[in-house]
Amino acid sequence: MNIHEYQAKAVLKSFGAPVAEGVPVLSLDDVQKAVDTLPGPLWVVKSQIHAGGRGKGKFVEAEAGEKGGVRLAFSKEEVLEHAKAMLGHHLVTAQTSAEGKQVNRLYIEDGADIDRELYLSLLVDRATGRPAFVASTEGGMDIEEVAHETPEKILTLPIDPTTGVTDADAAKLCDALKLEGDARTDGMKLFPILYKAFTEKDMSMLEINPLIVMEDGHLRVLDAKVSFDGNALFRHPDIVELRDTTEEDEKEIEASEWDLAYIALDGTIGCMVNGAGLAMATMDIIKLYGEEPANFCDVGGGANKEKVAAAFKIIMKDPNVKGILVNIFGGIMKCDVIAEGVIAAVKETNLAVPLVVRLEGTNVEMGKKIIAESGLNVIPADDLDDAAQKIVNAVKGA
Amino acid sequence: MSILIDKNTKVIVQGLTGNTGSFHTNQALEYYGTKMVAGTHPKKAGQKWVADNGTELPIFATAGEAAEATGANASVIYVPPAGAAAAIEEAIDAEIPLIVCITEGVPVLDMVRVKAKLEKSKSRLIGPNCPGLLTPEECKIGIMPGKIFQKGSVGVVSRSGTLTYEAVYQTSQAGLGQTSAVGIGGDPVKGTEFIDVLEMYLADEETKSIIMIGEIGGTAEEEAAQFLIDEAKKGRKKPMVGFIAGRTAPKGRTMGHAGAIVSGGQGDAESKIAAMEEAGIRVSPSPARLGTTMVEVLKG
Repeated sequence: MNIHEYQAKAVLKSFGAPVAEGVPVLSLDDVQKAVDTLPGPLWVVKSQIHAGGRGKGKFVEAEAGEKGGVRLAFSKEEVLEHAKAMLGHHLVTAQTSAEGKQVNRLYIEDGADIDRELYLSLLVDRATGRPAFVASTEGGMDIEEVAHETPEKILTLPIDPTTGVTDADAAKLCDALKLEGDARTDGMKLFPILYKAFTEKDMSMLEINPLIVMEDGHLRVLDAKVSFDGNALFRHPDIVELRDTTEEDEKEIEASEWDLAYIALDGTIGCMVNGAGLAMATMDIIKLYGEEPANFCDVGGGANKEKVAAAFKIIMKDPNVKGILVNIFGGIMKCDVIAEGVIAAVKETNLAVPLVVRLEGTNVEMGKKIIAESGLNVIPADDLDDAAQKIVNAVKGA
Repeated sequence: MSILIDKNTKVIVQGLTGNTGSFHTNQALEYYGTKMVAGTHPKKAGQKWVADNGTELPIFATAGEAAEATGANASVIYVPPAGAAAAIEEAIDAEIPLIVCITEGVPVLDMVRVKAKLEKSKSRLIGPNCPGLLTPEECKIGIMPGKIFQKGSVGVVSRSGTLTYEAVYQTSQAGLGQTSAVGIGGDPVKGTEFIDVLEMYLADEETKSIIMIGEIGGTAEEEAAQFLIDEAKKGRKKPMVGFIAGRTAPKGRTMGHAGAIVSGGQGDAESKIAAMEEAGIRVSPSPARLGTTMVEVLKG
């Protein structure tokens, strides 16, 4: 689960990390009050959307002006001007679609005099199975680019979960970031704070880009991007509160209510599959035969008739869907249960696009019989190759 | 021969009395009489669990007591996500050699803690978020459908459950059969990696060829490919077919499995496929042609 920058900073601040004073605003009416609480003389007005690259982004609407999604203001009037230009408009960044994301929230923050910009993140390093810091002196840039072009400028430091961040670890990070004086003192405190926040709140990623050394020599978290392990949210009701569903695809929200793994994509063939690997492979094979998948959808191992029907209806909500491929290899799931769910959903939605169903595994004969005897226009398939070819041909012929 | 489990493997079930545990324990008992010997439940010690076929299994309070009383050398875990890590730790403390965690949705930082404990232990963990493992006609641990298996010569290892079934089904259809199949699971932090299982298949005389199924996310496939290259230099090499799921997956999105995500400039399908081909693995572009591709590879 992702949260906004201002929420991430509030979480980090509660653990004692140095962040600037700032106020989130949801409407223009709140801007004046927000700006009055901040001392100035420099303010930063930041678009709050769940996508990176905001500063270099561009608004779709002409009235938003040429500047990006993060703007500096040298007077209170200018803060208001920026807020008017940005709020409600659509910001396109390297991480959004071409339509961009509507900016519904702004974060107005106290400005800082920057001496140096650094990169710091925490994630779970899969190779060692430990949380690891990633640190680089090349802050404010795309870290993937830095990793590609100057990998020697990046330090990856796994932390032993039985000890946490040791002084030796913190010193290594200070060295990698070339921190001296006050900044070094701040750093020695900051790294254990971030590790504590990361582990106590079950974060899956904590990225500070940039972490800055200010002209007064101290460190500050200038930007923060945090995501949480969805599997651990059950023990963090305070974090669940931070979810902003306007940032998510409507179909994906509905799918999550049914405990379905669904991701909307741009293609024409809707997919309903059991198992994440098989669901990805089904998308891949559709592409192999010349079409594009409209979604990823894993109904999971223990789906019942109702869940299958729900998945079917969610897939059908996508207006780009010109055909559906159901691909089930039943290990835990029984093919007859799937078949009943599919039949029920086809009837309920008055399905008007071609449907190919491939069933294999437990109770496969019963499942095939239910579909054959339904009298509905369902194209049966013997294996995955056959199924993919049939749905691609059906969609192309339509 | 087979790897990890055979007809002598004795299995206890942590989470036997729940729906999932009961269902799959019945299935395992029906599969060539897999030796399921006991269950655990902190509050039901002393009771008995009765299988559909009449087999009675004793319930113990802990994995340690169950293993001691029955001589079990494997445990399978069907405990819900919030308690799964503690169940694994309990099995590690009981020094059970093979622990298989089926549970999906275990918090990743719980697994970080478990992995640190595992490294100092005598146990091997398979999973979590995995379908388990199976040796045809001998032993079934986990949730794989037994019917699709056939005794034979292919070793199967996979990060995905249902794609394991595809590989098994297709190699059975092709008449090759399997020595064992191991689903290592789709989580980012797990007990057993490709390299561990590949090492066992290379060492197993009856395994004549190997199918390895990976997916996007992380660098385990690349590490496995390097391992195979190094082993080949020592003269250890077997014919291999591979598949990588997620060529069409968008960047930055978690594709069902917690570990299936292209992020931070790594984990994409193309680099995995390139690494595997570099190691001499024939990577099938279609998940439907794993069996036929293996037949072609074996013909040379």
